[in-house]
Formats: sequence, structure tokens, C-alpha cells
Amino acid sequence: MASTQQQQQLSAIKGAKVLMVGAGGIGCELLKTLALSGFQDIHIIDMDTIEVSNLNRQFLFRQSHVGQSKAKVARDAVLRFRPQISITPYHANVKDSSFNVDFFKQFNVVLNGLDNLDARRHVNRLCLAADVPLVESGTTGFLGQVTVHIKGKTECYECQPKPAPKTYPVCTITSTPSKFVHCIVWAKDLLFAKLFGDKNQDNDLNVRSNDTATSSDHSEDIFELRKDEDFQQYANRIYDHVFGHNIQTALSNEETWKNRNKPRPIYVKDVLPDEPVQQNGSADQMLVKDSLSSLSAMSYLGLKNPQDIWSLKENSRVFFAALKLFFTKRQKEIGNLTFDKDDHLAVEFVTAAANIRAASFNIPLHSLFEAKGIAGNIVHAVATTNAIIAGLIVIEAIKVLQNEAKNCRMTYCLQHPSRKMLLMPVEPFEPNKSCYVCSETPLLLEVNTHRAKLRDLVEKIVISKLGMSLPLITHGSSLLYEVGDDLEEDMVANYAANLEKVLSELPYAITGGTNISVEDLQQELVCNINIKHREEFDEEKEPDGMVLHGWTPAPASENNKDATDNNGASTSSTSKSAPAVMEDDDELSIMEVGVETVSAVGKKRKLSDVPHPETLVEDKRAKKIPEQPENNGDVVVMLDDGNDAA
Amino acid sequence: MNGEELTEQETALYDRQIRVWGVDAQRRLSKSHVFVSGLKGTTVEFCKNIVLAGVGSLTLNDDNPVTENALAANFLIPFDDNIGGGGSLADLCCDSLKDFNPMVHVSVEKGDLSSFDVNFFEKFDVVVISCCSLAAKKSVNEKCRKLSKRVAFYTVDCRDSCGEIFVDLQNYAYAKKKADETVECQLLFPSFEEAIAIPWRSLPKRVSKLYFAMRVVERFEEVERRKPGETSIEDLPNVLKLRNELCLAHSLNESQIPDSLLERLVASTKEFPPVSAVLGGILGQEVIKAISGKGDPLKNFFFFDSVDGKGLIEDISTS
Ligand SMILES: [Zn+2]
Repeated sequence: MASTQQQQQLSAIKGAKVLMVGAGGIGCELLKTLALSGFQDIHIIDMDTIEVSNLNRQFLFRQSHVGQSKAKVARDAVLRFRPQISITPYHANVKDSSFNVDFFKQFNVVLNGLDNLDARRHVNRLCLAADVPLVESGTTGFLGQVTVHIKGKTECYECQPKPAPKTYPVCTITSTPSKFVHCIVWAKDLLFAKLFGDKNQDNDLNVRSNDTATSSDHSEDIFELRKDEDFQQYANRIYDHVFGHNIQTALSNEETWKNRNKPRPIYVKDVLPDEPVQQNGSADQMLVKDSLSSLSAMSYLGLKNPQDIWSLKENSRVFFAALKLFFTKRQKEIGNLTFDKDDHLAVEFVTAAANIRAASFNIPLHSLFEAKGIAGNIVHAVATTNAIIAGLIVIEAIKVLQNEAKNCRMTYCLQHPSRKMLLMPVEPFEPNKSCYVCSETPLLLEVNTHRAKLRDLVEKIVISKLGMSLPLITHGSSLLYEVGDDLEEDMVANYAANLEKVLSELPYAITGGTNISVEDLQQELVCNINIKHREEFDEEKEPDGMVLHGWTPAPASENNKDATDNNGASTSSTSKSAPAVMEDDDELSIMEVGVETVSAVGKKRKLSDVPHPETLVEDKRAKKIPEQPENNGDVVVMLDDGNDAA
Repeated sequence: MNGEELTEQETALYDRQIRVWGVDAQRRLSKSHVFVSGLKGTTVEFCKNIVLAGVGSLTLNDDNPVTENALAANFLIPFDDNIGGGGSLADLCCDSLKDFNPMVHVSVEKGDLSSFDVNFFEKFDVVVISCCSLAAKKSVNEKCRKLSKRVAFYTVDCRDSCGEIFVDLQNYAYAKKKADETVECQLLFPSFEEAIAIPWRSLPKRVSKLYFAMRVVERFEEVERRKPGETSIEDLPNVLKLRNELCLAHSLNESQIPDSLLERLVASTKEFPPVSAVLGGILGQEVIKAISGKGDPLKNFFFFDSVDGKGLIEDISTS
């Protein structure tokens, strides 16, 4: 019996055409395991090139491959031990228009080893549109999970709202930041760690040039305060090195800046030209109060409101003041500090440094309050977890290929056993009937139709919340807006004009009671949105000036007692969004504070530490196994709102 | 590996994992010496994992020639003229593993596992054996236990889509983080022989069926003087007979060791690569924990069966 089963399994494997998205930490392991398992026709998409810090776990790559396409090198490496199989690499972004629904339709199953939410959502939609099963995966540290998404049978990747976890490739952080969060990660994880943390810990701070030989720049001493060195001289040297010299070095990689705005190096002399060099020994004056916890660069500088956005000059002053306070008042801790969002001085330092870097890269500056919120949690990956997860992906993929959907499981890889299990399989959930992606339930948008422009709708809702990349907005049979390469010039002008109009003054006015349709042609996703006019919005709690219902959790009751609610009907359970947390491939992964939850809940909700997946699983199972203890408070916590930075 | 500090090269390469387990752990890893005997899919996965993690040295032992079968689950050996060539499995795996991480010293130890004496094992901090007889498991475990230093001992086996890991850390103390404080924890591990000698009826209820099934097959191979993994579907009647005898002796209900499970274990002794990946990952993780002294170690058996998807820890010890 076993052998016929094996025969069937083998023929399912051999006849399958699979698409892998991602050739990073999970991807390398996955490609290897697929090849060993007998898969014959594997396509793999990855837009990344290989970096030095990949080599400790992306085992198909070697030093000599640095700079080359991950997808292509992975293919060549696997063909060395399985030359007879076919592997088709694509060094491209999975969001490219060539990977359309027809492209996806040729595969029997799609396997994700991705590192960001955006691409995951995109692939989810294409799999739904093409009706191809998707096996999704993610790891952070020792935690991991594999889930199976089959249209109509199990929930889709977006059935449960995600608290927008994001991951960033290292080079984005070290060389090409484009968002403020990239600057925060740099300031916190690289600069702060370099100056105040364990000296052994990192070397990504210095911008790498393409030539790997120079990657370990001989600048180690720059970060050391030399004996008898004047502190201000030291501080200036740090400042000029990280904000000036490093940017200058990065600029020399011309290839990098072909399609990007060039950053501008910032030196002390340009920002604080006539600032009298701060006096030696003035740190005592900084110590307004005695206790260490009250050490604050802000209070020393007379900056009061953490909600204010400081100028470059102010940020530079905060940078110097915070640096000095660390070196004079907290010297003993230097070398063992890790960033702690409750360490006020650390937050000040990170905010200032991130802002100065943001100024270099022409990224809008942020307040200390915002910066503190963004400085969430960072988790890194290890090879073993990736290997385990890749094995589990293949096991699920084979079930899918044998049409054994009912045997599919989502599996959690845990750090601490739960009921003796380190690997815990859980039955997949049914599709969420009110999911805006895989069901046709309309969304509800509250908006002031006399004030909000079409541009606000497009940017704040269609792109940032619904995750569409090529949206098309219609009202009845009339087109209001559309994006694409092949549009007529007059239409482009027409749409551009529409963008600047308020909703109620559009050619086909959007007012209360209007129903509009938003569509992404590439993803083949259509969302219907009912419009409800509302006059006033709370600027702090609803900064978008509009609120979208039906796609994000309604405010969870504070005691979370509804966590065992029916998964299908409710969008309010905090617990169910949680598994989404443990996902990303392997680079830096930042748990961002979801803006949408801020506006929806009116209080800032934030992920605490990396949630223990045991907790998540218990939650998931809670509705099925009533005797399981409920435990959901750990997953999402309410932060005290607003003023905690003061 | 110069004294106490990690080199710049090490810090660069291990950057990501240092952020997970810290510099101390990385330093201990880079000074550790690991011995692996029996190179099949699962052990090869394990070797990859610890070479990437950056152990100090890895010594491979497997004199078997490279056959087509051996290549089936082995991604370390390039597919060319290696089948029937001169090199042993250990030789060829060694060449590949060196390439994975130039900072790890990978070497080959020729000879039969049973020929290594107690002193031989003193060179190592971790000993992992696979695809070997019950007698070899017991004897190598005992040799490790005779040493004054602690040598962490592991066995790992994968049959069909099932797998088992056994761990013996002897007397193991480690730091456990509980909420904000760190507590010293101590665990006493039984040897393999001690563990499997525990009467089945005195084991906790609901012990994984795989535990019993693996003991039956292991015992079968011993009495029949088979090489490890040398079974086929023809053996099933005799295996079932042995199962019944053992169940009777242990007063265990035969249904605890289903026919279908035994059938899978004897009929297909090939490793299922995804299961090898899972086992090699778990074992790698455990070895890293044991070397670094960080994290709760697995005590003392781990089972994985891809049919139900559970990865279970079983504590098989007297206490
Ligand atoms: Zn859905």
C-alpha cells in the first residue's frame, strides 16, 4: 500500500509545475528541498542580488557571488546536484506586469518565501485570480509558520487583517533609505548599537561600495573616543563620518543612483556653522535633575513638545547633547546598551540621528513621538528555522498537488514547546466571508466629500490600505481615475485634474450614498466601496481625515473577551491577526505600528515583543477546543496614548 | 578564532545570527568541535546547518562509497562522475562543506564507528551518530559518558516520512530566562540504554507511537543482524510478530503500535527529503543550544511524522 501511495506522490511531484517567489533565506532551503524531493519544473522569482550578510544562511551562495542575482545563482547551485531538472529563474520584481494572472495560471502551486507584506498581498491576489493554491511562509528568529491558501476552501492570506509587519533589505537600510522607518532602523540598529552597544555586534554601518574588498572599511577606530581626546572633537568626527563621509562614499557607487535621488552629505560645519563649540564640562549643567532617568537632551536644549518636528539644526543639537550625556553620565553602560524604547535618552538620540539621515536623503523629518512609535521591534532569522520551514512548505505543497486539501495544515514552528509540540499543525480556517480580497463584501468609507480630494482617496485608501498598484476607480460606468502605461495623453491630463478635485466636485460626484468600485487590473481584484459623508474627523485619532471600515479590525474590546469569536464573521479579534506577525524572510524585520489601527481604534495599538506563537496557536484553537486557556493579551497591547514620551 | 574575540570576518559573516543569540554564544560555537558519523540526508542537513552557524570544527565519519542511493537525499555531492568513484561519502561531503564556510575546519575520520575508543571522543563537544545499529548507539553513548568532560550525544534517524532524535546531555545546567530574571536550571538526562530500558507501561500516557515503533524496528534489525535501514515490506510479518512479543512483555496494547506505521517504517527506508530538512533543522538548533548554553534543551526524544505534521518532544526518563 505504501508503495502505491508513494508512486502516486511521486507522479504528482514529477508532473507539477511550481512557482517559488523569493530566493532568500527560506528560498534557498526550499529550492534545495524541492529538488531533492523530485520536483522537475521549478520557476523562481527574486529581484534581489546577493549580499555578504546573506552568506551565513543562504547556503547556495558564496562570497564570489556577491552582487549577482539570487534567483540565477540559486538555480546554478541546485543544478550542480540535480542537473536533470528544469529551474527557470527570473531576476525581477514579482509585481512586474509580466507576472500577470495568465503567468500564474500555468502553475499547480505557488510557494512564497517572501520578505514583505506588500509582495505577499500581491501574490495572494494573483493566486486568487488565477485560482492557484498558495503555500505561504515566514520566519523570525526561532519562530516560523507555514500556511496553505486555497481559493474557496481555506482563508486567503488577507482574510485576517495584518498589523503590517515589514522587512527591509539590508542595503535599503545601509545605503538607499527611501522611508523614515529605514532611517530609524539605521539609527537604532546600526548607529546606536555601534556607539553604545557591544562593539562586536555589527559592521553594516559603513556604506559598502560595490567592491567587497573594501567593505570592512578600516574605520573601526572612528567610533572610539581616544585617550585625551576632546569630546566635542570626537562628537564632530562621528557626525561628519556617518552623515558626511559615508554618504559621500555611497555617492561614488554611481550605479546605485541611476534611478534614485542622490543623497546630500551633511557636515557639522554646514549645519551649525557659528555654533560655539559646546563647552567642555558643561554636561553638569545638562543634569537639570539628579536622577539618571531624567537625563534628557531635550530638556537641556529647552525642547518641550515631543510632537514637534525639529529642524535639521535642532536635531543636530539633540544628537550632540544626547551623545554627550551618554558619554559623561552613562559611561558605565557604554558597550552594553541595547536600544530600549523606554530609555528616553536613547530615543532622543535615535530620533535625532534618524532625522539627520532623513534630511540627507530628502525624506520628511518626524517628531520624537512618531520616531519612538516607529522604533518597534526587530527580529532576525537563523538558518535552522528556515530549513525547517522549507521542509514544511514542501510537505504541504505535496498535499496540495495530490488534491488532499482537507489534509492541509498550517504549521507553527515554536521556540518553546506547547503541549509537547515544537512543530504544531493546526487546521486551516475557512475563508472570511467579509474579506475584501476573496469575498465581494463592500467596504464602507467615511469621508468628508466636500473636503477630501480624489488624491487623498487614492493615496490614503487605495494604495496604502488596499495595497493596489495599478488602480482604476469607477463610479457607475464612468471612469474617474486610472493608472497605466498605455493611456492617451488627454486621459492622463484628465485624471491628473481629477486628482486635485474634491470628491463632491468630480465630474461624476462622489457624495454620501455613492458606491464606487476600485479595481486593480493586474491583481484582478475589485473592491466596492460605499461612501458615507461625515463632516468632522479627529485630527489626532483619524489623521487621514477618512475612515475605512470592513478591512481592518474594528476596535477590539479592551478586555479582548471576544477573541474566541467566530473567525468568519468577526473582524475584531486581535488574536487572529497575530500569526501574520511572524513573517518575513530574513533581513531586518520591523514590526510597524499600523497607522490604520491608530485611526480605527483611537488609541495606539502596538505589537509588543515578538509574540510567542504558542499564544497565537492557543488563540487559534481556542474556538475549536474550548478547554484551552484563552490567552490573547500578549499579542496586541494597548499603549498608553500620546503623552508617554513627555 | 584568536583568543576571546571574534574576528572581524566572523562578525561580518555571522551578523544576523549574532543578533539572535549574542556574541557569547557565537564565541562558544566557534570553539566547539563536532563529530558526525553516518552521512545521509538528515545528517547532511544537520552538517550544513552547523557549518553555516560557525562551529569551530566538524569531523565526518562515513567510509561508504557513493552510490546512487546515497545521492538521493544528499545535496552536498555534485552529480557527476562521483558515483562509483574513489572517494567515500565523508570525503565528498567534506569537500562541499568546506566550501560553505571557510571559517569552519571540516575533516574526515576514517574507520568503523565501533573502532573508536573513549579517548577518541574526548576531542569533541558534540557527537552525532546516525544510521547505526542499536549496539553502536549504546556503546558510543557510553564512551561519551565515561569522559570527565561532558560530550553532548545525539542520535538521529529518518525512515520514510518519520524521524527520531535522541539527546543525552548527561547532567546539564543552563540559564533560563523567566520573565525578567534568569534562573539556573539543571536537567538530568538518561543514557540511550537507560532510556529505552524503561518499561513501557511506566511511561507517561500518550507517548508518541513512533517511540515504540522505532524500538520495534531497531530491535528487529538487531536480532536479524541487519544493517540499519536494511528492511523491506517482506519483513512486515516478522516485525509485527516481534511487536506483539514486545507489547506482551511490556503489557502495552498492540494498538499503540499500529500495523500501518510499522509498515511505513520497514517498507520504505529512504529518507523523505522534507522530513530530513525538518529533523536536520531541529537537531542543528539543539546542538547550537547545547553548545551556547542558551535556551531550553530538548529532553530527550523528538519525533516528527509528516503524516500528522506534529513535531513532538517526549521525556523518556525515570523521574
Ligand atoms: Zn480572504
